[in-house]
Amino acid sequence: MKNVLQRTVPEGFKAFAGSNAYKNFKRRTIAEKHTGKGFISLKSVSDMFDKLGIKDGMTLSFHHHLRNGDFVLNMVAEEIKRRGLKNMKLAPSSIFPNNKILVELIENGNVTDIYTDYANGPVAEAISKGKLKGLCVMHTHGGRPLAIESGDLHIDVAILAVPAVDKEGNGTGTAGNSACGSLGYAVSDLKYADKVVLVTDTIIDKAENPQLEGKYVDYVLKVDAIGDPSGIVSGTTKITKDPVGLKIARDAAKLLDELGMIKDGLSMQTGAGGTSLAVAYYVREFMLEKGIKGSFASGGITGYFTDMLEEGLFDELYDVQCFDLKAVQSIGKNKAHHAMSGSRYANPYDDNVVDKLDFVILGATEIDLDFNVNVTTDSHGTIMGGSGGHSDTAHGAKITVITTNLVKSRLPIIKEKVTTITTPGEDVDVLVTERGIAVNPRRKDLLEKLQGSKLPIVPIEQLLETAHKITGVPEKPEFSDKPVGVVVYRDGTVIDTIYKVR
Amino acid sequence: MRRSLLFIPGNNPAMLRNSDVFESDAVIYDLEDAVSVTEKDAARELVSGFLNCAGALPMEVIVRINGLDTEYFSADLEAVVSDKIDSVMLPKASAAYLAELDFLLTEQEKKKGLKKRINVVPIVELASSVLQIDEIVKCPRVNGVLLGAEDLSGDIEVMRTKKGNEILYPRMKLAYACAAYKIDAIDTPFTDVNDGAGLEEDCRFVANLGFNAKAAIHPNQVPVINSIFVPAQKSIEWALRVQEAARQASLKGLGVFSLDGKMVDKPVILRAENIIKKARKYNLI
Repeated sequence: MKNVLQRTVPEGFKAFAGSNAYKNFKRRTIAEKHTGKGFISLKSVSDMFDKLGIKDGMTLSFHHHLRNGDFVLNMVAEEIKRRGLKNMKLAPSSIFPNNKILVELIENGNVTDIYTDYANGPVAEAISKGKLKGLCVMHTHGGRPLAIESGDLHIDVAILAVPAVDKEGNGTGTAGNSACGSLGYAVSDLKYADKVVLVTDTIIDKAENPQLEGKYVDYVLKVDAIGDPSGIVSGTTKITKDPVGLKIARDAAKLLDELGMIKDGLSMQTGAGGTSLAVAYYVREFMLEKGIKGSFASGGITGYFTDMLEEGLFDELYDVQCFDLKAVQSIGKNKAHHAMSGSRYANPYDDNVVDKLDFVILGATEIDLDFNVNVTTDSHGTIMGGSGGHSDTAHGAKITVITTNLVKSRLPIIKEKVTTITTPGEDVDVLVTERGIAVNPRRKDLLEKLQGSKLPIVPIEQLLETAHKITGVPEKPEFSDKPVGVVVYRDGTVIDTIYKVR
Repeated sequence: MRRSLLFIPGNNPAMLRNSDVFESDAVIYDLEDAVSVTEKDAARELVSGFLNCAGALPMEVIVRINGLDTEYFSADLEAVVSDKIDSVMLPKASAAYLAELDFLLTEQEKKKGLKKRINVVPIVELASSVLQIDEIVKCPRVNGVLLGAEDLSGDIEVMRTKKGNEILYPRMKLAYACAAYKIDAIDTPFTDVNDGAGLEEDCRFVANLGFNAKAAIHPNQVPVINSIFVPAQKSIEWALRVQEAARQASLKGLGVFSLDGKMVDKPVILRAENIIKKARKYNLI
């Protein structure tokens, strides 16, 4: 079966029918599960498996707030391996290079299915090589809570790393050795999993404004350490010093200014990549120059945005995930810096934040002549990322700007057709590169506003031609016809299929 | 009329490839100080190959060759002179070297059948060159002069400072000589690439001395330089008002008139016209 973008959809999945198609359906939710009777303390990971009866074929979920410093997913993987459990389904909200133990479990059939929003490193490579028996189902950050609350992604046990847990079983990310700030991606797991275990290394008397409420918690397991703080902070939160990246960022900010987006009350989000953050830097310059105050910034929050909050440039921050220690410190003390759940952030059926965004700045691994964007696979088809909030924010924001170098590692970023569609072109408005800016012809309103602009606005076809003049026309990579994963759009439909790499 | 001239090391393929995106008025592909002696041949071939492959570039193309007193000079000149470049930058310039360069360029242009005449931007970076500035600006093909403060301070054995008192004399001399012959006075690069505020201050200072351009050693310096070596918005507004008042006065047959209580005559009108010309060139009006 083909979807509306003419991409193949494997049997048993619904086909993507457009980014607004979800509006034709009503929200479905299973009942939230309250324990109502306090929690039970566990002695060890092994004790957790025994007490919860974790067995072959179960689905275990995790969050990725401890990023590349997370120990908890790996602890559980070790125990699955030790017990020789088979056909396990894992649902971590993201997979990082430090989760490489999963490769062995995949190869041995201990783990056969994976549900995640992002995968990078050895596990992603193993999936791309076709080692996973089932399919890797790649959600968006907004689609994952929707899948969980609807029961489409049924979780037997949510095993949630929590930096500090109080005596009533409330969990917070703002205290403890592995403080990571917001725990937004864990909230749906907490509310809808059959059983919930909080794994912590810090017990405190009382958590202030806990993001994870104890009423949902069945078990608490205290371990020596849940993570390595040095791996928790993202390595991608610094503003780029690369002059090409800065040029792109400057032009993107100028473009937003010309479009009248830098105005009182603005709301914005950027990705955590260096160029995206540099756009925030230049937007800040415009805001200071014009005396503008924004309403909010959202998403994964960095110290750059907490500084802007403290400077009075925003009224509020909505934070689903803290990207650096400055953001972690801010969320613990600044009342205008709010933690939010993944559902509040981007679930299409929730009163979500992404729909209130004026503009979002995002990256791209590939973008095609229809403005479809790939951030899931590289040009050889190997998984190296995933939507995260890419397609959620692209849909919600009034203007979606993609910033990217025209050529990276001798490859043109613009393709006639992207290898994998993560975000549909109908939600992508502008592409800013160092050699020109292309506006999606669907956005006639933007093109009209930019008439007479001194910015280098050109058709995307011209940018492709420019790229080919630099690199030549790359040969098309060959893929096998064996699917290894599906890219699930935020409404639960399949927007593209990922194939085994040759 | 240049504002910014960006140095690009001739032996760095990635920087060569992106050299046209930084919006500098000129790019200086460097075969001299940025390239070690072991890389001279490679850089020469790379720059020459790059220029031959590149399409039309949107800025002035300058190549800084090695000096006439070096063993690399002849090969550099032979390799880079083509219709693909606009100017040659000559280090350690003197009037005598410039005369010799003019002769050799004429030979190359004839031999290769060039459709254009190559300009020359000498670098004044020796005490002896400073004393010859009046001669240097008059040399054929010279349409701008760059002050090279690092070598110059070495030559006169003083420490370079950010404030630049040690180069005040050559700066002023160069600015006046260039103004007299209507060619570009190009200031020495600001070498602390992480000090944006210092760069801005330095640009403002030399702009007030009469410089109209500055060399950059990092692409991130270009936007600051470009923003300062252009007329300020207030000046543009003033110039437009002067132009309009002059038009009205001319209709009444007046050569001198008053604007905002100040006398406006021909020199003031000319200054206003220059400001408007520059503002138009850089899309400021």
